[in-house]
Amino acid sequence: MNRILLASLALLPLAGCGPSQDIDPSQQVGPNPVLPQPREDLIAAVGVADNVGWKNGQTPTVPTGFRIAAMATGLSNPRNVLALPNGDVLVVETQRVGSEPIDRPKDPVRDFIMSMAHGGGGSKETAGASGGPPQRIILLRDADGDGKPELRTVLLDHLNSPFGIAVLNGELYVADTDAILRFPFTPGQTRITAPGEKVIDLPGGLIDHHWTKSLTVSPDGSKLFVGVGSNSNIQERGPEAETNRAAIWEVDPKTGAYRVFASGLRNPNGLTFYPGSNTLWTVVNERDELGPNLVPDYMTSVRDGAFYGWPWSYYGQHVDPRPRPQRPDMVAKAIPPDYALSSHVAALGLAFYTGASFPGLFRGGAFVGEHGSWNRTELNGYKVVFIRFAGGRPVGKPMTFVNGFIGPDGKARGRPVGVAIDRTGALIVADDVGNTVWRVSYGR
Amino acid sequence: MADTFAERPVRRVGIARHPISSILLPVPIVCFIGALLTDFAYEGSGGNLLWVNFSSWLLAAGLLFGAITGILMLIDFARLKQLRIAQGWGAFGLLVAAWIVELINAFVHARDGWTAVDPAGLILSIIGVVLILIYGWLWHETRYDETGDRP
Repeated sequence: MNRILLASLALLPLAGCGPSQDIDPSQQVGPNPVLPQPREDLIAAVGVADNVGWKNGQTPTVPTGFRIAAMATGLSNPRNVLALPNGDVLVVETQRVGSEPIDRPKDPVRDFIMSMAHGGGGSKETAGASGGPPQRIILLRDADGDGKPELRTVLLDHLNSPFGIAVLNGELYVADTDAILRFPFTPGQTRITAPGEKVIDLPGGLIDHHWTKSLTVSPDGSKLFVGVGSNSNIQERGPEAETNRAAIWEVDPKTGAYRVFASGLRNPNGLTFYPGSNTLWTVVNERDELGPNLVPDYMTSVRDGAFYGWPWSYYGQHVDPRPRPQRPDMVAKAIPPDYALSSHVAALGLAFYTGASFPGLFRGGAFVGEHGSWNRTELNGYKVVFIRFAGGRPVGKPMTFVNGFIGPDGKARGRPVGVAIDRTGALIVADDVGNTVWRVSYGR
Repeated sequence: MADTFAERPVRRVGIARHPISSILLPVPIVCFIGALLTDFAYEGSGGNLLWVNFSSWLLAAGLLFGAITGILMLIDFARLKQLRIAQGWGAFGLLVAAWIVELINAFVHARDGWTAVDPAGLILSIIGVVLILIYGWLWHETRYDETGDRP
């Protein structure tokens, strides 16, 4: 019997430890990240910081010469921000509703970890000081541009897990988790009472694993672009659940006609056109459970009709052993993304620096909100990074720009999500664990 | 009265003289065999996820009832010295071995997609089934050594 036990223990290396993934996250940034061999641990590594929030006077840290201050506190799961030309800042308070159906004993365990990661502190929901379920858009009016809003109103309420917002031709477009809605909206308005009109249904449904639908408008205003994340980590809910998901859709705002613009993007967020160009950019959350240093999340320009690998491969032709049936034809089509951000950082926000108040090197560069990892024991992300651009392409390594979301005790005071640049050139950051909107300005 | 108690035979933990361990004994056997069959079905289907979901639940149920059975066996061992024979301890050891193998197997089956079964999950399912079958066979032997409960 002992021999049988030994034989089964001898199998453990097969099941457990694999080739080393002992590399540093700094080797996984830029156009050519180091990609180790996949490693499926016996028990997937889990590390989520406890949420403690910000104490009075505490703020994230910024580089010398910059200042950071709370623009609004006591919010309820603020996840996205949009700065309007008139100086108003829209804040999307949102969370997913309900939990995914249980297919396997593993599912409730993963749900719990996800709720830890998304600012709930386990099963508890965070209700903001303003109370109520956070499914709405808050307007912050800072007419004098000093970073202290004189007015805070609920612009629009009773939405369904909204995330992406955009203003176009006198209308506010809101990407709920299951539809794009349109509301008449004149900049300056502080409350929308008119009923919304549905532009198009989006894939929602009972599972709705990646539920945040990012939204942006093409530079000529003729098309909307919406990110539709996958319904699973790596197609473990079956291929049928992934119809038209893991993709960016191009939607005609007038007719609601749509087509898949690009696919194979596991969870695309932060959709933004590069200023002065027709190039769409996104940040993408790559797959989990292949080890602490796979697969790096990335930022990429998005080519019309391109396929980026999910679920069959990553970074071009690196085949994922898990999804079946295998698709060598799709693997052959997969193109690598432009710029890796390192593994499991959960990049959810992207904004290009269009302001003039930051020093010159920031012009045209990218700010990326990294919500932070769960699938590795050493935390990664939990900060806003800056990536310099030259000639419309990212150059160099990411620089940590807003940090200190994890306190010295290893607990999360906040977690950054959506980012935006306001009229004055300040950086706005939504923090869904600290329930705060931060504003970073330069000088004084 | 005191004499009556002293003469009353010690039995396995049971309901109306039917030992509970005999009721529960087949549950992990059936579950682990079932998981092996659904693993084969998963391989045969080329990755229809329905089957790996079946396997995962069968492993979970087998582990739960295997643990209860193991605890009952230990209680019986403490009460009945007739059980403390080679077959008894052998059966218990095999149950523990099968349980550990299938626990590892359950973690392997928690992976997403093909590698939940192929190859480690299937190999562990085969080993687990061999161990649990020998356990069932050995434990059955011990039934005849029990005072007053001969079939």
